[in-house]
Amino acid sequence: MAARKKGGGMNARTLLNLVAVFGSLSILSIGGGNTVLPQMHLDAVKHYGWLTDSQFADVFAISQAAPGPSILIVTLIGYKAAGWIGALVATVAMILPAGLLVYFTARFWNSAKDAAWRHAVEKGFAPLTVGLVLASGVIVAKSADHGYRQWALTAVATVIFTCTKTNPLAVVSAAGLLGWLGVV
Amino acid sequence: MSDAPAAPVIPGLLELALTFNKIAIASFGGGLSAWSREVVVVERKWMSEEEFLSALTICRILPGANQVNLAVFVGVKFHGVLGAIAACVGLTFVPVLIVLAMGWFYFTYREVPAMKSVLRGMTAAAVAMTLAMAIKTGRKCLRGPIPVALFVAMFALSALLRLHLAVSLAICGPIALWWAWPRGKKEAA
Repeated sequence: MAARKKGGGMNARTLLNLVAVFGSLSILSIGGGNTVLPQMHLDAVKHYGWLTDSQFADVFAISQAAPGPSILIVTLIGYKAAGWIGALVATVAMILPAGLLVYFTARFWNSAKDAAWRHAVEKGFAPLTVGLVLASGVIVAKSADHGYRQWALTAVATVIFTCTKTNPLAVVSAAGLLGWLGVV
Repeated sequence: MSDAPAAPVIPGLLELALTFNKIAIASFGGGLSAWSREVVVVERKWMSEEEFLSALTICRILPGANQVNLAVFVGVKFHGVLGAIAACVGLTFVPVLIVLAMGWFYFTYREVPAMKSVLRGMTAAAVAMTLAMAIKTGRKCLRGPIPVALFVAMFALSALLRLHLAVSLAICGPIALWWAWPRGKKEAA
């Protein structure tokens, strides 16, 4: 990993700022990474000027399009602010604090295998999670401006996923091909 | 000889990392939760349906990206802190490289890689995968009027009223716990 030597002191300070910004956003992102996007925009664009308004929007689109967790928008902001090293620092800063919290929660959870409250949470939260999953599908469709053709494709794919054992990857690829051909 | 049919499969660190890498790469266009369930519950049988669903909601309540949290959660279950790191690196390493390549292209040529139309199709399928996950898991756990009511309430509060997750959970969570609390010796208040 070769960091571009461009004013070492300045770069070190930028890296510290990246750690401060994304480390605190990590802890603030209750309910998922997207909840801190407004604050992230404020910090990265308005306060530090790491990138412009329209760059922020484009970088957001790229991180949504790429596979993997959408929180990788911070990788691109870090890259723009301080090169490859910045990308690495921003990504780790965004993952580590929240990850530690999950680590301790998961350990506590696993140590309570037979506790009554754990059974209650597992059984009681299941219907709530199904509601949340359905909600997230609908919200994504809305924000992606689903037209009637896309909804038709979604409906067909849902039937395939629910009623057949077709490999999901094949369906997703076919849908991508249909998009490329301009069908949806 | 298979004397214990429900013997837990303990994956190694490399297997954890490769599995979460597979989940991440498969999720072009979205649907990461659905892919996680498909692989963790259906394919590998690392978690039961209920264990996975509750873990998913716990990971949503805690700060951090939900999918990163879920990887940490699954990793910890098998190998503690090393498992968490393995799953987390597996989930993010290749996507980071891909996102950097796309970002480099964007910042160099001032253009978003022309893949918008492909993504339109893939997003339609990713939404379908998420809906199918709701149907498949719902068929198992939505039995009886109370769980159905809880499901409808949670959906309405978060998708239609767009309340913050913490608020929706503060409303539905206590009722869900009251309903699901193991009865017998002691009645929960």
